[in-house]
Amino acid sequence: MMRQQEYVLRTVEERAVRLIRLWFTDVNGQLKSFAITPAELETAFSEGMHFDGSSIDGFSRVQESDVLARPDAATFELIPFGPEDNHAARMFCDIETLDGTPFAGDPRYVLKRNLQRARQLGFTFMVAPEMEFFYFANGDPTQPLQPLDSGSYFDLTLADVASDLRRRTISMLEAMGIPVEYSFHEDSPSQHEIDLRYTDALEMADTVMTFRLLVREIALERGVYATFMPKPLAGVQGSGMHTHMSLFQGDTNVFHDPASGGLSAQGRQFIAGLLRHAREISAVTNQLVNSYKRLAPGSEAPTYVTWAHNNRSALIRVPVTKKDKPSSTRIEYRAPDPACNPYLAFSVILAAGLKGITEGYELPDEAAANLFELSPGERAKAGIAELPVNLSEALDEMERSELVVEALGDHIFEWFLRNKRAEFAEYRAQVTPYELARYLPGW
Amino acid sequence: MEPLLVYPFPVAADLSQALDRAGYAYVGVTDEVDAERKEPEDGWGGAIIMADRSPDDAYKVAVSLRKRDYPLEPLVMVLRSEQLGTLELNRDLFDDFVVSPLNHRELEVRLKHQYWRLGRGTRPELVEYGDLVLNLETYQAAIAKRPLDLTYMEYELLKFLAQHPGKVFTREALLNRVWGYEYYGGARTVDVHVRRLRAKLGEEYANLIQTVRSVGYRFGQSRWSG
Repeated sequence: MMRQQEYVLRTVEERAVRLIRLWFTDVNGQLKSFAITPAELETAFSEGMHFDGSSIDGFSRVQESDVLARPDAATFELIPFGPEDNHAARMFCDIETLDGTPFAGDPRYVLKRNLQRARQLGFTFMVAPEMEFFYFANGDPTQPLQPLDSGSYFDLTLADVASDLRRRTISMLEAMGIPVEYSFHEDSPSQHEIDLRYTDALEMADTVMTFRLLVREIALERGVYATFMPKPLAGVQGSGMHTHMSLFQGDTNVFHDPASGGLSAQGRQFIAGLLRHAREISAVTNQLVNSYKRLAPGSEAPTYVTWAHNNRSALIRVPVTKKDKPSSTRIEYRAPDPACNPYLAFSVILAAGLKGITEGYELPDEAAANLFELSPGERAKAGIAELPVNLSEALDEMERSELVVEALGDHIFEWFLRNKRAEFAEYRAQVTPYELARYLPGW
Repeated sequence: MEPLLVYPFPVAADLSQALDRAGYAYVGVTDEVDAERKEPEDGWGGAIIMADRSPDDAYKVAVSLRKRDYPLEPLVMVLRSEQLGTLELNRDLFDDFVVSPLNHRELEVRLKHQYWRLGRGTRPELVEYGDLVLNLETYQAAIAKRPLDLTYMEYELLKFLAQHPGKVFTREALLNRVWGYEYYGGARTVDVHVRRLRAKLGEEYANLIQTVRSVGYRFGQSRWSG
């Protein structure tokens, strides 16, 4: 540990780093940052940086609002964008209370705690999300959104902007040690997808935070607005964060069954756990009012709680993998969207899957037909549940969930419910243009 | 760089003079047990075995250094010209030899050549391999003069690999040697770090770290493929 810190101190000196940004994440999943100078770095390592947590969403507790940010030297990276002559670096921080114990409101700590539990069972949790987002010509919510590559007459120029942006974003990601496998859609105007290569879940949650910042910053450099809002345009596909995952025991993929070449018993139990608790964890994997517009029927996003090998309307997909690559056996959870708090989302997903394994849940049959073609009666008969239709229903499910309160801890569980209930109440009080157009003429 | 192991202890005056002049740190050892006891945490930087006085004991030390999972390199024997015949049957025990009495300049050039062959550079604090340079004192790495921005573990992994070019390491071996036993992500961590290193090395140099199917990883060219 000391050598890692020494490495950071030395690199800051050698590379003439002027500012070190200390990053952490609030309960909503927003990246928070404050900068220190190289002179303060040694103190930050030895004592932590003292700050008032009451201004951070989900941190505040009236009596004890002061907390410590302790930089994690293993996450030290130079930031490859920004002014040339002003080298900056970042480190993620763990948040502690003044007596040095982990702070219960720190999402990174929540994930560490859940990973620790997996480790006690012998498992490492590997994840690889597919990040979708939109580019728009501006980010002013009072103006109509203008996609970069919808067929306007200056289409060609703008298409160049998008491909230039994509190139630069990918090279910056790689410079920050975030390898990608990328593809981009034609599904929706100006929508893009960048697939991240798997890492363990803690590193991936950090990576998702870095990724969202970097995509938005690089876009802003070019005067373009990038957004991870789940459903910015009505009538076209929204942005998801399909998450591929597997459990490893040392070098061995636990989801792989060497005998059949397919899913192992534990892999099936993990899916069963996710299915049984999918409705309870929905508020965490899909935390915005807007998230539920993406999950509405009629798009490719999942609506029903099902699994399948090759049915893209299922909530969980088990991709077919090559026989000689047991390490790539995995499942894909298709509910999450890129506006989630990745630390909390990975925590509840892992908790649900592990529950399936420790309790030995039975995996229901795979969904065969296109579920959208079944009548509600047929679905009920087949025992197929629906994901919550809005944030309010998702919060009701979460509030009843022992699994979620255990995974998140009381502090975050209570704050999250309170905050999200308020968000829904605010939304409910709105009268939308849709309602005026629909009802005003007739009533 | 870690110090050279020198046998026997006390170190002969002409040898210590030669090493001091060439700028190499060294530690004298009395036998193979002493060699193990005095070994630095990151291993010896190499060995010079004087076989000109008690050849049997000297070869015993050489055997103990070379019959490990990762044989110590480079190992230079020092012997009298009438002993040259003994080298014939012990080829795997040394990388080069010098005839005593020592020629300071010759020893220095031979050591330098060995370090070049191993990709460890001509200055003790530098590890060099092709366009890659690592400075062990400042913790900085550069490829074709372009500085590489590495995390601590990426740096440690690259350092280890570049110090052992041409050798294949399993994931488990890399975890034990580079991470120690306190690691977080399991054996897959190695893959993740290799991918990140390749991304940072850039397309042109990504293949410095090669995947050896169903075994592990190798840095640089195979020793057997020219």
